[in-house]
Amino acid sequence: MPKRTDISKILILGSGPIIIGQSAEFDYSGTQACKALKAEGFEVVLANSNPATIMTDPESADRTYIEPLTREYLEEIIRIEREMAPGAGFALLPTVGGQTALNLAIELSDGGVLEKYDVKLIGANVDAIKKAEDRLYFKDAMQKTGLDVPRSALVNNLKDGLEFAGKIGFPVIIRPSFTLGGSGGGIAYNREELLEVLARGLDFSPVHEALIEESVLGWKEYELEVMRDLKDNVIIICSIENFDPMGVHTGDSITVAPAQTLSDREYQAMRDAAIAVIREIGVETGGSNIQFGVHPSSGRMVVIEMNPRVSRSSALASKATGFPIAKIAAKLAVGYSLDEITNDITRKTPACFEPTLDYVVVKIPKWQFEKFPGADEGLGPQMKSVGEVMAIGRTFKEALMKGVRALDTGKRIGGQKIEPKILTQRLVTPHPERLAYLQYALRQGHTVKQLAKMTSIDPWFLYQMKEINDMQMELEKHPMDSIPTEVLRDVKRMGFSDGRLAHAWRLNGKGAQEKVRHTRKKHGVLPVYKRVDTCAAEFESYTPYLYSTYEEEDEATPTQKKKVIILGSGPNRIGQGIEFDYCCCHASFALREDGYEMIMVNCNPETVSTDYDTSDRLYFEPLTLEDVFAICEHEASGGAPVGVIVQFGGQTPLNLSLPLKAAGINVIGTSPESIDLAEDRKRFGKLLEELDIPQAPGAMAASIEEAVAGANRVGYPVLVRPSYVLGGRAMVIAYDEETVVRYMKEAVEYSQDRPVLIDHFLENAIEIDVDALSDGEDVVIGGIMQHIEEAGIHSGDSSCVLPAVDIPEALLNRMREYTFKLARALKVVGLMNVQFAIPRGNGNSKGNGSESGKVYVLEVNPRASRTVPYVSKATGVPLAKIAARLMTGRKLREFLPEYIDRQADLATGNFFYVKSPVFPWNKFPGVDTVLGPEMKSTGEVMGVADNFGEAFAKAQTAAGQKLPTKGTVFISVRDHDKPQVADVARKFVEMGFKLVATAGTADVLEDAGMTVERVYKVKEGRPNVVDLIKGERIALIINTPHGVDPFFDEKAIRRAAVAGRVPTITALAAARAAAEGIAALQRGEVNVYALQKLHAETALQH
Amino acid sequence: MQAILALEDGKVFRGKGYGAKGECRGEVVFNTSITGYQEIFTDPSYAGQIVVLTNPEIGNYGTNPEDNEATRPYIEGLIVREFSKVSSNWRSQQVAEEYLEGFQIPVLAEIDTRALVRHLRDNGVMRGVISTLETNAEKLIAKARSFPKMDGTDLAKVVTTKHTYVWETGERSHLPDEVVGVKETPERFHVVAYDFGIKQNILKKLRGEGCKVTVVPAETTAEDVLALKSNGVFLSNGPGDPEPCTYAVDNIRRLMGRQPIFGICLGHQLTGIALGGKTYKLKFGHHGGNHPVKQLHTGKVEITAHNHNFAVDPDSLPQSEVELTHIDLNDNTLEGLRHRNLPLFTVQYHPEASPGPHDSHYLFKDFVKMMEEWKG
Ligand SMILES: Nc1ncnc2c1ncn2[C@@H]1O[C@H](COP(=O)(O)OP(=O)(O)O)[C@@H](O)[C@H]1O
Ligand SMILES: Nc1ncnc2c1ncn2[C@@H]1O[C@H](COP(=O)(O)OP(=O)(O)O)[C@@H](O)[C@H]1O
Ligand SMILES: [Mg+2]
Ligand SMILES: [Mg+2]
Repeated sequence: MPKRTDISKILILGSGPIIIGQSAEFDYSGTQACKALKAEGFEVVLANSNPATIMTDPESADRTYIEPLTREYLEEIIRIEREMAPGAGFALLPTVGGQTALNLAIELSDGGVLEKYDVKLIGANVDAIKKAEDRLYFKDAMQKTGLDVPRSALVNNLKDGLEFAGKIGFPVIIRPSFTLGGSGGGIAYNREELLEVLARGLDFSPVHEALIEESVLGWKEYELEVMRDLKDNVIIICSIENFDPMGVHTGDSITVAPAQTLSDREYQAMRDAAIAVIREIGVETGGSNIQFGVHPSSGRMVVIEMNPRVSRSSALASKATGFPIAKIAAKLAVGYSLDEITNDITRKTPACFEPTLDYVVVKIPKWQFEKFPGADEGLGPQMKSVGEVMAIGRTFKEALMKGVRALDTGKRIGGQKIEPKILTQRLVTPHPERLAYLQYALRQGHTVKQLAKMTSIDPWFLYQMKEINDMQMELEKHPMDSIPTEVLRDVKRMGFSDGRLAHAWRLNGKGAQEKVRHTRKKHGVLPVYKRVDTCAAEFESYTPYLYSTYEEEDEATPTQKKKVIILGSGPNRIGQGIEFDYCCCHASFALREDGYEMIMVNCNPETVSTDYDTSDRLYFEPLTLEDVFAICEHEASGGAPVGVIVQFGGQTPLNLSLPLKAAGINVIGTSPESIDLAEDRKRFGKLLEELDIPQAPGAMAASIEEAVAGANRVGYPVLVRPSYVLGGRAMVIAYDEETVVRYMKEAVEYSQDRPVLIDHFLENAIEIDVDALSDGEDVVIGGIMQHIEEAGIHSGDSSCVLPAVDIPEALLNRMREYTFKLARALKVVGLMNVQFAIPRGNGNSKGNGSESGKVYVLEVNPRASRTVPYVSKATGVPLAKIAARLMTGRKLREFLPEYIDRQADLATGNFFYVKSPVFPWNKFPGVDTVLGPEMKSTGEVMGVADNFGEAFAKAQTAAGQKLPTKGTVFISVRDHDKPQVADVARKFVEMGFKLVATAGTADVLEDAGMTVERVYKVKEGRPNVVDLIKGERIALIINTPHGVDPFFDEKAIRRAAVAGRVPTITALAAARAAAEGIAALQRGEVNVYALQKLHAETALQH
Repeated sequence: MQAILALEDGKVFRGKGYGAKGECRGEVVFNTSITGYQEIFTDPSYAGQIVVLTNPEIGNYGTNPEDNEATRPYIEGLIVREFSKVSSNWRSQQVAEEYLEGFQIPVLAEIDTRALVRHLRDNGVMRGVISTLETNAEKLIAKARSFPKMDGTDLAKVVTTKHTYVWETGERSHLPDEVVGVKETPERFHVVAYDFGIKQNILKKLRGEGCKVTVVPAETTAEDVLALKSNGVFLSNGPGDPEPCTYAVDNIRRLMGRQPIFGICLGHQLTGIALGGKTYKLKFGHHGGNHPVKQLHTGKVEITAHNHNFAVDPDSLPQSEVELTHIDLNDNTLEGLRHRNLPLFTVQYHPEASPGPHDSHYLFKDFVKMMEEWKG
């Protein structure tokens, strides 16, 4: 069937901010869909609230709406788009934006919006979505087709839940309807747990329903990625087997492709079942993901669930096979059939086939519990990981070992002894480090049989780990200079990293890996690169999508073209997320245009950067010195010049810059020395002095004594943290010596060469982020972003606005001046990010270091920062692209001459662009949601409007913080906020809100002539504020942290607020913004703007 | 244990030997199926061939009696990247290595199988020798050149049953029907199946469609077949070159029109010749479970299992009598045909799968339908 002609305009829904369970994979699929449909000549309209995505680039679609993904805003977008083309065939594609897009499609359809504006759903129809997403319909459908499912019942109250659990017996699985990443799901082994988990589950379900289900814990878990077209051709793209058995969410499981322990009969039975499922559910076109459980000793197969859309797993499957599921799905949605689409990789054969692999792929999730003290680290039916790595090897063992080193956790459980009891517990209950404990157990002589019994992990996988352990033992028998070539070869073939060899050979310090490398060279044990080609080499492949292995034949002969290698950012994590992938992709696009052969190195399967057609060559490899150096050497061997860019991938590649340079690699852009200088406290402090740029007084300490002395010297409060970290890990603000001592005792590891950093903490200060472009001489400021929350809340966790709203021109100029000075002093070539803090005029600065109205530098990052995509979207200037070109020697003048001459910042026209963070609290019940200098947010959204208030309100809405338009506001602020609190409160009164406050604040408000209801602090008596929140009397909480107030118990308030979904504001500045935002909401306006229009206007005025 | 593969063009691969000590020779072909190594080992169509599996992890789920396509393995030798020393699967009864060792089949493992496959893809299938005894490559290359090519050799004669027998389902399996592929259905038709190297699953499928199956030797004459008074004749898959099997071609000619006929693989090629067509050898054949085959009359695509080195040249067939029904979308080779006025259709690929997708099971129903219509 050829392309549909009854459609000319297609609205694609993105998945919104990055959250646990919905990450960069939907930028990958959405971007593919946009590209594919544009190429087919459709008018593509995109809606997504996440500015850090490639899909929201103005080039990706014809009109891009970075707007909240809510019914109201989408309806407005649809209305406008319909008005623009009254007669046109208008369709909505909801299957590439994750669960968010599916749920919205249902809402728009049920709400009659699609009908009203005559918009057709393509990709999946409403019935199919409901059938697949509603767990009960789904089970009925399965039984109709004669497929087996775990017994279950849908309940909407605790009583029925208990009753059914009684019938099928514990343990039972609780799974809320219409949630993603298993939010609110769980396992209950007894009544108490059931009551707790079910209550939470019902609360999470938008329809207040959850499924209680027979447990199939410990069964083998599989996934099939299926595609279907309008001709009813159905193909399986990939089979995935979970290393962790049923009970651990696939998103939290180590997974392997293709399935390793199924015979053809069992696999084909699963294939038949999958095909029956997609037909029965009625997904007419596109990709679906279907999960199965298989009983290890009887083979009984049950269907677990289906996702009628592209998913995290389909992104993984695409990268694992080279088959671009989302791209093909988009084409199928507009009428093509699989046999009409050709396979990009072979160019001759059609996409209507089933990829076959001649390698093994392993995916390992990345967790970050260290950021959420108190969170339950156990893994279960609810996903908790923030990112993942994928590794490709010729064997499972090799892929597993590559995956482990790609994870970049620095952790290794080796020497120390582990209590047998502890060990058993660590093996039996799934948790992030289980793999390491398995290794340990094998080394201790546990048998595969024993471990299989404890973990329910398939013995085949465990046996592979045993072989790795045996090899480790063998390796340790041979000292470096007498190891036989054969052994060395086998060790490397199994995937052992040079780091591991160095460890085994007790080499340490800087040169260790180098020694190993030279030994390998001596023995001629070097990697070759093989291609991922969808067909196991049956046909020639035209896309150099490569992975390293230790074999005979190399398939990646370097070309004669001048090349640039871009190092990606590896697994998604808090503080190093999709923003960096965005920058890497842009660098690649730009330099490709300039005629360079672009080479991408990354190991994150969720990303656009690992799409095989983003660059000329893709090396799907870990970002370790060993792997990166090998690639550089290999590419250089062709004789053509090679440059390496470390600036765009965040801290991971940055940490490689010095070693790479030392190894003779040509790192382009800002020199590794400058990068190092900016990170080195002492030397950087000296530089600031020379430039006479103020910095909060600081000290370094490698012992408790030094810490205490340092803290006294710089003056309390102090900010204490380890050196060399990204995303501000393990920081505290200490108001007294006791806290400092405790921190040094418990919180951090430190050493002479990794000391603890102590800065005077600038209280009540405005924080500002500045991004700038520089070619070493000229500098242009991309944006001066004023944070809404004050300094002390991590830049990644505070909302910010472009342009700055209430910073005096004089101070802006000072920041500009400092930025220029720094860029030149550091000889920045490319991007630079500076963070400033300015203590507020009337802050009660204790005269111990911080001076109000003075501009302090907090830190300088001579690299692309988290805010680059946001600034680019706001200004319409692609910062990362220009930066990449500067690194190849081009001059800033070529691109932004008028800005250089006028010394002007990039313009944002008459609009305000607000960026707000999104937090994963709902995944970690019980964790304190307080914000601080340590970053906790997983994603971001952007709100745009012609006034600050509305922009802020939109950003908050997009972030899921729906600001109220009426009701009662609870206000309680710390003393140094009291002077300003009255003005803010009055705004709310004027808008018709009632006020509730604790004694101190109430006094201030009453003195200012407002009527306030007084309420007890938590520990003072009852009814207290928490009672009010639980009683749903409070619509908005304004609570600036009191720090050490024995009676206040802010934790309790925050917990109640999260549970009751009450928006909470923790900074007075944010309260002011919220007031303006609410005013806008009360005006009831819903305005949406296409990015392309905004940019055009800005350019005009300019 | 050391092992070597030497190819007739002088290329040599050194790796580790598994399974039996010794030496084997054959035409080296590669198969791209991810699953189903046991079915491949035991598929008589592989007689005379050394098989390279592109899936690097082989042996993981062991072997079991149910998944055999014949009573013994027919591959001459096996080449894999990684050969599992253990097996893990609830149906496994024997580790794959032991199974092959029991039948004296040598295995070459831990070589760069992808490099070998690319070599065969670019230079075509060729003769090769695997040895765990001889370490002198030159000697082995000479051996590889010394034995006869597959082209022009009749292997059906070698692998076929020595005597006629009525096929009985083996003992029932605990697995659901669709997994094992046998249904207890009342016998409605009697089918005579020519055994040129027939696979068990074909017999199971026919039985599953309610056919009593009498299996006869490759050289059984048309007259002897007709004497069995069956409702239809089945022409099986098998190894080797179809051209030398002139006896089979003659018999097919004499059966055409007098019995409904269904042929698979070698059976299809022989029919092609019987219809006046020519066969030719493919550069590296089709061996795998992911081939898209288009049904020309519906336009639908089936994902199918293939295992053939030869193919029928569509242009050599009399268009007046023969309708082309299926083609492979990868390279447009002819994959199926039917006679315009006689009850006869054949496919080049393997609707019985095993290993492979089940998309084409419908063909067995078509065969039954043909017999019904012929009857009434
Ligand atoms: N009946 C069950 N018994 C044990 N574990 C289960 C059961 N159902 C699901 N799970 C586990 O919970 C995980 C999440 O369930 P799933 O239905 O896939 O929800 P989601 O929509 O979040 O992917 C699965 O990956 C599986 O490991
Ligand atoms: N001296 C200081 N006074 C007040 N707040 C500070 C100070 N230093 C850092 N911060 C706060 O801590 C956050 C993280 O510190 P930063 O140096 O940016 O670490 P990271 O490398 O994680 O970005 C900053 O965004 C800022 O809010
Ligand atoms: Mg799932
Ligand atoms: Mg910072």
